[in-house]
Amino acid sequence: MATTEGRAPEGDRKGRFGPLYKGHEGQYSWLLHRITGVAIILFLFAHVVDTAVVGWGPNAYNRVASVYHNPFIRLLELGLVAAVLYHSLNGVKIMLIDFFPTLTRHIRALGIATVVLFVASMIPITLLMGARILELLRGGA
Amino acid sequence: MSATTEVRPAAPPPAGKPVGAGRDRPSGRWELWTWLFMRVSGLVLLVLAVGHVLIMHVLDDGVDRVNFAFIQLRWGSLLWKSWDWAMLVLALLHGVNGLRVIVLDYVRPSGARIAINGFFTVLGAALIVLGTIIVVTFDPSAWPGAA
Repeated sequence: MATTEGRAPEGDRKGRFGPLYKGHEGQYSWLLHRITGVAIILFLFAHVVDTAVVGWGPNAYNRVASVYHNPFIRLLELGLVAAVLYHSLNGVKIMLIDFFPTLTRHIRALGIATVVLFVASMIPITLLMGARILELLRGGA
Repeated sequence: MSATTEVRPAAPPPAGKPVGAGRDRPSGRWELWTWLFMRVSGLVLLVLAVGHVLIMHVLDDGVDRVNFAFIQLRWGSLLWKSWDWAMLVLALLHGVNGLRVIVLDYVRPSGARIAINGFFTVLGAALIVLGTIIVVTFDPSAWPGAA
C-alpha cells in the first residue's frame, strides 16, 4: 500500500525534534523575542519610578542612583542592554518580513543575520561594560 | 484573533498561497491597529531606546556618571526632555500591548485576562502620567549647586 505523499508522518517529526513546536529555529527567535520583551517592560516599570525620584531633588535621586553602582546590578544592566539589542534586531527582522512579504523566502538568512549582528555588537559592549564592572569589584570608582 | 508578533515559518504554505505571499495580518480593526502600532512604535524606539541604552549605559563611562547633576544638565535641553518623554510614552504603550498579546496567548479564563491586562493597563497609564509630570515640571535651575 503506497502512501501518496513523500513527507514523514507526524510521529516521525516528533521523534526527531522532541516535543518542540514545529522544530524550526524560528521558534527560538519567537520565544526569545517574548522573553526579552517581558524582561524589558518589567524593568521599565521600575525604571520610570526610579527616574521620577529626580523630581524630589538631589539627595533623594543620588541615593536611588547609587543602586546602579552595585556590581551585581551592573551585571543585570549588561543583560538589559543585551535584551534591548536582541529585541530591536529581531524586531527589524519581523518588520522586514511583514512589510516585504517576498523576504519570507530568505527567513533563515535573516535569522542568521540577526544573530550575527547581535553577537558582533555585544562583543565590544560586553568588553566596555565588563571592564567597568571589574573595576567596581576591585573597589575603584 | 491571534496577534502573534513573531513568524511561524515552518508551516507549509496553505494551498493557493505561494511562498513569499507573507503571513496573514490580524483581522479586525483593533487588532490591526495595535499590530501596526507595534511596528511603527518599534521603528521609532529603534532609534530612541537603542540610542538611550548606548548613551546612558554603554558609552562614555555609562551609568557611572549618572547622578542628579547629570540629569540637571541633560534635562536643561529640550531635545533630551522630548527624547525621554517620547520614549517613556512609546515604550510603555509598546510594552503593555506586548504583555496583553502574551496574556491572551497563555491565560484562558476571561476574568483572569481582564484582571491581568487591566492591572498592566492601569500601571502603564499611571507611569505615563507620573513620568510626564516629572519631565514637564523638572526645572534644572530649581536646585542650584546640586553637583
